[in-house]
Amino acid sequence: MASRAPGEPDYQRLAFRYEPMAGRGERRPVIVVGAGPVGLAAAIDLARQGVPVLLIDDDDKLSQGSRAICFAKRTLEIFDRLGCGQRMVEKGVTWNRGKVFVRDEEVYAFDLLPEGGHRRPAFVNLQQYYVEGFLLDCALALPAIDIRWRHRLTGISQDENGVTIEVETPEGTQSLACDWLIAADGARSATRKALGLVSSGRTFRDRFLIADVRMEADFPAERWFWFDPPFHPNRSVLLHQQPDQVWRVDFQLGWEADPIEEQKPEKVMPRLRALLGEAAEFELEWVSVYTFSCLRLDRFRHGRVLFAGDSAHGVSPFGARGANSGIQDAENLAWKLGLVVKGLAPETLLDSYDAERVEAADENILASTRSTDFITPKSEASRDFRDAALDLARDCPFARRLVNSGRLSVPSTYRTSPLTTADRDAFAGPLEPGAPVPDAPIRIGGREGWFLDEVGGAFTLIVFAGQGALPDTDALRPDPLPLDRIVVTPPGQDGDPPLHARAVEDREGLLARRFDAAPGTVYLLRPDQHVCARWRSFDAAAVAAALQRAAGGEIGRC
Amino acid sequence: MLNTETNLPSPDDFYEELVALHRDLTPEQSRQVNARLILLLANHVGDPAVLREAMARARRGIEPAGGDATLPARA
Repeated sequence: MASRAPGEPDYQRLAFRYEPMAGRGERRPVIVVGAGPVGLAAAIDLARQGVPVLLIDDDDKLSQGSRAICFAKRTLEIFDRLGCGQRMVEKGVTWNRGKVFVRDEEVYAFDLLPEGGHRRPAFVNLQQYYVEGFLLDCALALPAIDIRWRHRLTGISQDENGVTIEVETPEGTQSLACDWLIAADGARSATRKALGLVSSGRTFRDRFLIADVRMEADFPAERWFWFDPPFHPNRSVLLHQQPDQVWRVDFQLGWEADPIEEQKPEKVMPRLRALLGEAAEFELEWVSVYTFSCLRLDRFRHGRVLFAGDSAHGVSPFGARGANSGIQDAENLAWKLGLVVKGLAPETLLDSYDAERVEAADENILASTRSTDFITPKSEASRDFRDAALDLARDCPFARRLVNSGRLSVPSTYRTSPLTTADRDAFAGPLEPGAPVPDAPIRIGGREGWFLDEVGGAFTLIVFAGQGALPDTDALRPDPLPLDRIVVTPPGQDGDPPLHARAVEDREGLLARRFDAAPGTVYLLRPDQHVCARWRSFDAAAVAAALQRAAGGEIGRC
Repeated sequence: MLNTETNLPSPDDFYEELVALHRDLTPEQSRQVNARLILLLANHVGDPAVLREAMARARRGIEPAGGDATLPARA
């Protein structure tokens, strides 16, 4: 059977060499603990801003097993900015549709990206070891990143000036010092334990079996979820396609299941045969039995230590909100920490990381808990309503909207963030201050491209051109804070951008529609492509104030 | 607002039909029927404020004596 592409490394089996640390006594601006998707993304994002990063990991391998496999549109857009989005999409299995079956009947289907004019799909499925491998390849190309494998954090202390950690290596224990530490060391975070911090929440009394199966099959590239299917009665099953002819099957087992027994091939194979048929040929790639909890730390910023990803919060896998929200943590943190390290923003800007991402975690935990209440009812009444909704879904459209097999990851809108300036002018449509901006097809310098490729990494001022002269944005003096300027011209019109600005043609008019923009409309975007503020016309004082607010200038005064 | 004045044209007929709906059912089957009925009626009402009021009135006077099946998590 076909597996990896020729010449592609076997990312699951790569082992990285231990190297001793050069310049041991040296104090570093940033240490990132954990070379998983979140730690790698944070390190790359910082390094691209010119911030030197030491990235340490406790072992010498990438993800063992496929683990997180569903990477959402927003995550792919972040990967695009980091330089590896295209590779992820080329390798991954693209999907936009999900189907829900009750017994053997399809009751509900959803399209997560029903409109065109976006570069990236709703999701790609890709084994976590590929995601980590592709990110690692990006990281290795950046001289500002220093990676050390087999460096296990065993102790930590901090004061107002910096952080000191103890790490255990094959050559013994050593101390490392830094100004800031990002703890991206996963659900069992050693940093969290070393600081004596506790994540709290709820554990759901249920167990699930993941079986990754290698086989030729003709299921479509869609997310299929069954409640009470004939091949696994009274419980649920989830099916996903991965690259390399690998399929992920997730069987609900119930709380009474024995996690050791259930991983044995003699238990797993009959479950798979029931789904795939007696004649199906397949081999087991990876098996795991898990339970899950919805929980989080009270705060994600603890002085100079910043928690991101699973070390900070945990959700159920239904909704693909774990790795995706972790990547969003990394992106939210990286530009803020970059500005702080360079002395361009006050340290209090990092409190907005805490505020924004704690709220995002709560949103994810809420969505995940609701899905779990449906999939794993926690009381008899909850089960009764679940069963009632599933029964009614067969012929009552309203009940199909109650069926919850996971509400899939969408990025958070930082509506109430101290960095966001509320609308003063009237805007219609779904985009709002604090939200990530939508993509749209554009033309720049004579070639076709995508809007999101042109923004991000710095604050960006977008001016929609039309009739009349462009505003003189040079009146803005945000120095030393870098500010990109983009002039958007209507379809078919070439721009003649003013000094310090680039012209982007809205080649299908979708950008203006998605931004509810008229000639003269101005948007100010954050380095993470979220909207800071917007106006119907350019007002230098208002833009300067919004920029200052978004760079942490007002936080201390709030 | 939740209407708690008489709105049924023939209350006795309705009550008889409601009880008859559960004739010959086990308690478990009755629970299924009730759950379906609640969802159907809730969707028909549609107004979240009215539904919230009805839920609060239904729960009033009942001292919780159960729990749910989740466990506290600490990590």
